[in-house]
Amino acid sequence: MNNCRRIDPETLKQVANLAAQYKGREDMLVEVLGQVQKIACNSVPEEVISVISKEMGIPKAKVYSVATFYAFFSVQKRGKYVIRMCKSAPCHIKGAQEVLAAMEKFLGIKVGETTYDGKFTLETCECLGICDRSPAIMINDEVFGPLKPEDIEDLISKFE
Amino acid sequence: MKVTINNQVIEVQEGMTILEAAQQIGIKLPTLCHHPDQDVKAHCRVCVVEVEGQRVLQPACSFRCFDGMVVHTNTERVRKARKMVLELILAHHNQDCLHCARNQSCELQTLAAHYGFNEENRFPLRVRGEGIDMSSPSIVRDPSKCIACGRCEWACSQYQAVHVLSRKHRGFETYFSTPFDMPFDESICVNCGQCVQACPTGALTIRDDTEEAWAAINDPKKVVVAQVAPAVRVNIAEALGEESGTISVGRLVTALKMLGVDYVFDTDFTADLTIMEEGTELIERLTNGGVLPMITSCSPAWVKFCETFYPEQLGHLSTAKSPQGMFGAIIKEWYSKKIGKTPQEMFSLSIMPCTAKKYEAKRPELGRNNYQDVDCVLTVQELAKMIKSANIDFGALPESEFDKPFGLGSGAGVIFGATGGVMEAALRTVYEIVTGKDLENIDFTMVRGLKGTREATIQVGDLPVKVCVTSGLANARKIMELIKEGKADYHFIEIMACPGGCIGGGGNAYRNWAKISARRKALYKIDAEKLPVRQSHKNPAIKEFYQDLGVKPGEGIAHKLFHTHYTDKSHVDI
Repeated sequence: MNNCRRIDPETLKQVANLAAQYKGREDMLVEVLGQVQKIACNSVPEEVISVISKEMGIPKAKVYSVATFYAFFSVQKRGKYVIRMCKSAPCHIKGAQEVLAAMEKFLGIKVGETTYDGKFTLETCECLGICDRSPAIMINDEVFGPLKPEDIEDLISKFE
Repeated sequence: MKVTINNQVIEVQEGMTILEAAQQIGIKLPTLCHHPDQDVKAHCRVCVVEVEGQRVLQPACSFRCFDGMVVHTNTERVRKARKMVLELILAHHNQDCLHCARNQSCELQTLAAHYGFNEENRFPLRVRGEGIDMSSPSIVRDPSKCIACGRCEWACSQYQAVHVLSRKHRGFETYFSTPFDMPFDESICVNCGQCVQACPTGALTIRDDTEEAWAAINDPKKVVVAQVAPAVRVNIAEALGEESGTISVGRLVTALKMLGVDYVFDTDFTADLTIMEEGTELIERLTNGGVLPMITSCSPAWVKFCETFYPEQLGHLSTAKSPQGMFGAIIKEWYSKKIGKTPQEMFSLSIMPCTAKKYEAKRPELGRNNYQDVDCVLTVQELAKMIKSANIDFGALPESEFDKPFGLGSGAGVIFGATGGVMEAALRTVYEIVTGKDLENIDFTMVRGLKGTREATIQVGDLPVKVCVTSGLANARKIMELIKEGKADYHFIEIMACPGGCIGGGGNAYRNWAKISARRKALYKIDAEKLPVRQSHKNPAIKEFYQDLGVKPGEGIAHKLFHTHYTDKSHVDI
């Protein structure tokens, strides 16, 4: 997966192949969306939803509805890496705000934005369930913590 | 099963909800997300009641009665909870009531009035969604007034199987919208207006074209010619506060004249014309091996549905225009010449039960050289508004007759307004033309009714003609799938987009099945009791008209004026 500025035709073809395996399987929609996000820039933008809808035979409005309901799906294009800062109480007490500010400063973006090169998207999320390691963040599927603001530069620089 | 509601013991049936049980003793609990025609949703919680033994308040719309249940619908706790629910809903509902199309017909406004909001809302106003979607010729969508009840989505998916409206986001951000908030006219919306009929607030309303109509009426250079669809005569009185199913055709003509319309004609006439053209086409297809089954093309939302979802099946559609389209062509191309006017000097106004007719009037096939055959379409709701604003007391009006020469329609044309009507009208004529014999009984009751899909086989001469009647696009979709699989051995199919036919159309007063049933009875009453001619081909005005044109149905100028073609619209994202 390259840095994500646009979805290329090759990716759309992969999405189509994946979705086609579950034709008519409305119950598999969440699973498909999850797998598609991994290959399509951490997001399910309009062109991707159209392909899923067509291949699975589910109305676009329904796919869109499910995709906007779950916080882990995004219909806005996101970066190659989605960084999620936990905003629940334990992390908050242990200094999540400072960690978040450090990330915003290092990446040069605010929460909800994506870096210009399409590499990182910064988000907040609900409890990650690792309060013993608070304040914690999650980068794609991996969790990190406890973090201090000064750890951020080294940590994020590891992601290519 | 015995249930106690507010100290009254009543006998209820198994499976009944508290809402239904309460209705039996004259308690009308408040509802917003619940619609009598739809499944239970229990989204809004405004109908909560206290059930003894239950820790929390329960929604009356979904909670089923059990034996010995004790319910209180009006305790302090219940009243407080309902008021809280309303306050929360109002806190994200754009409250420009005076400027809203649903002013005085809004269900939320009514409840707010009942519960008395004398003090300022405790919660700050924060509305969701951005911008009003005015792109559709039929429907206006204002997300700031959406209360996320889900009734539009239900109508769009369960009745119509169009699936253009769906729930978007969650929690506070939830509202109902098209995918990616795409404008209606770029979406797969078929303009049927069933979402408007379902919406309790002003989030989905009919596009208001009354100003355009007023401008034409007030323009001394324009000759305003109105056509009135069959279903309007049993709907307009209801929209003006009278009982459902009130027949008011004479008063309707008077009202239109008082508004300043120059000629008032009856779309019933072109309904008869449709039977002549479509009937001839059917006989032609039956005898010369044309594409069968042939499907009716009167319902513009159905036509758009077919073009969008089943473009490969367009050959099944009759090429006959809808009655509105035919009348438009007559007014602009034929009647204008009769009265010595140019088509541009004529203002062709149609009064319809239908929001999709607004879209149909704008189709390029139904116009030529920079003008359209129908200039403006007003729904029943809009006409009711014009009548009110013109200070006309509809109840006190005398009756008048339609203008000649297009004022005489048959009973067959009138029943076009109900599901099964076009089929029955066609059978009444086709049978007699094919066999050359008069029908003993012209009532084809087997195609009548409000059941979603009905089938019948009628012996016409040597041929057993197998017909099917369906209304509601979800039912139509099932028939189309059968056709696609080659399993539909029908000869002729009638499809109406709206459940119940035109009397259930998106432009009428707000629907439910009880009202539609009353409107349906009224239409068949007009057919059976009020009209001297009950078969299209026996209508003297129709015979005269074809003589004037100098052709037979389906030929020459009749083919040019009264037939159309369809376009593949499948490129639109589904």
